[in-house]
Amino acid sequence: MTTTAPPGTGTLTGPASDRPGGLRRIGLKGGRTAKGPGLAFVLPFALVFALFLVWPIVHGLWMSFTDSSLTLHDTAFVGFDNYTEAFGDPDVWSSLGNTVVFTAISSVPLVLIALAMALLVHSGLAGQWAWRLAFFAPYLLPVTVVTLIWTWLYQPELGFANQFLDTLGMAPVGWLSDESVAMWSIAALTVWWTVGFNFLLYLAALQSLPSTFYEAAALDGAGAWRRLWSITLPQLRRTTALVAMLQVLASLKVFDQIYILTKGGPNASTRPVLEYVYDVGFTGYRLGYASAVSYLFFALVIVVSLVQLRLFRQED
Amino acid sequence: MSATATPLRPRRRPPLAPAEPSLVLGHGRLPRVLAGTALAVLAAVWLLPFIWAVATSVQSEQDAASPGLSPIKGAFTTEAYQQILERGNVTVWAFNSFLIAGIVTLITVVVSTLAAYGFSRGTFRGRRTLLAVTVAAILVPPQLLVVPLFEQMLLFNLVDTYAAVILPQVVAPMMVFILKRFFDGIPRELEDAARMDGASELRVFLSIVLPLSRPIVAAVAIFVFIGAWNNFMWPFIVTNDPDLMTLPVGLATVKDAFGIQYAQSMASALLAALPLIVVFLFFQRRIVDSVATTGLGGS
Repeated sequence: MTTTAPPGTGTLTGPASDRPGGLRRIGLKGGRTAKGPGLAFVLPFALVFALFLVWPIVHGLWMSFTDSSLTLHDTAFVGFDNYTEAFGDPDVWSSLGNTVVFTAISSVPLVLIALAMALLVHSGLAGQWAWRLAFFAPYLLPVTVVTLIWTWLYQPELGFANQFLDTLGMAPVGWLSDESVAMWSIAALTVWWTVGFNFLLYLAALQSLPSTFYEAAALDGAGAWRRLWSITLPQLRRTTALVAMLQVLASLKVFDQIYILTKGGPNASTRPVLEYVYDVGFTGYRLGYASAVSYLFFALVIVVSLVQLRLFRQED
Repeated sequence: MSATATPLRPRRRPPLAPAEPSLVLGHGRLPRVLAGTALAVLAAVWLLPFIWAVATSVQSEQDAASPGLSPIKGAFTTEAYQQILERGNVTVWAFNSFLIAGIVTLITVVVSTLAAYGFSRGTFRGRRTLLAVTVAAILVPPQLLVVPLFEQMLLFNLVDTYAAVILPQVVAPMMVFILKRFFDGIPRELEDAARMDGASELRVFLSIVLPLSRPIVAAVAIFVFIGAWNNFMWPFIVTNDPDLMTLPVGLATVKDAFGIQYAQSMASALLAALPLIVVFLFFQRRIVDSVATTGLGGS
């Protein structure tokens, strides 16, 4: 009887246990045919991972205990010498200090301005596409393009920045040559360049907020300001924690734009720790010492990440 | 086939849509005017460096170097662009950038999707350990590796080759993690059915899993490409031969040679900026979406 039943009746039997899928799954759990992908799928990745990530990490750690050099052929084990030297090296401390200063003065506006941009764009005013393009486009530029454009803006006599001050009747500023200004100039460039990424993270978070919150507020007659403070901002706390966390980690790794713009100058006042690693290793040929300094930097990154994870957990 | 596949499709995110203005801003006139003004001012500030650069690039060197706030100081000319293109290195570097970023993207996507699928579905021994190590590696700043990687390239005799620029860039633990999380969300029924029909594991992956994952794979590919195109520190350290340099590295080496030729300097900057801006114009929706879905696309 069942074999001659019209095709339709099969679906009417509902969640019976004899559905083919069910039987197959039971058969699969028996384990004869269901192997799933094997190690072979992971192998190519494991290979490049081992060669170009694990190996350098391990080798770099070993190098940091040697006097390895680009010029010497014999490399000797020197124990903790590099680390003791690094701890007593004022250049390590000043470059670490510069990195921290850069991270502080770049991260705050990179989070706040991104938030402001996203809130404004999210308000739904016409021209969404154009706003997004304007704010995100700089993020797509290679670092050299950014520095070429800003070198010209910061140019002492003819650049836009000083021409602008001149029009206002103000004295020109040594944007990249004045020790007390240079780091701020670099932070401004960095904000312009990379804020678009944080902006998109915020925008995505805003656009996933349910509109029912706002509808309720509208019924209560809450004004725009009230809606911002009582609805939108509290909903963004998790996103802000994420954006801030990613931003601090990204800012700590600063090297490219500073190296190209000022080579760490004037007078090493903008030299970040990663440039010190580069200077010591590739200009001074002391690879062992450079490795030790980069491991100190790595320790800093790990500590910062752990502290942030802690704060992030507490937020929840 | 498509009828059975539809309900099994992984949840699609709702398309990103702006809120109704009245919902966010209320019905008052003032908030709208204020928000609109603030937005216009911010956008103007963000576009200004581009405008200034474009204006400088289409003038003669003398006009570009004359004082004044007006962006247009003299007659329009494409002289600067012609000189840059005639010199030729920018074209060589652009070719290298396309080649290197293209190969990095191809290898990274192939290696990472395979690994992510293996991590997501595999039952082999050591899977958990390998996955844990991969996730932990996300924290490692790539800059930490430049010194030992350079020694490694010296050892392999690869300094100043395309291979040296490309190989270390194909390791992308973050991308493996993002893809794995996506694969985890795809129901297994379809795969199991195909396995019962005797399809090989690779066939299951290529003909069932991959087609369902097109958006996320595209997102990963776009971000790997942008990252490789803009990568500076590693290519800068490992290439000395100008013929092998990428655009960012090549331009950095001649940056000072422009001296006071600001029109040429801006023309070369804009030529180097153009490819990715075009890519963005084509893939805008996808890029914006993928920042949202993956959360961590860049760098």
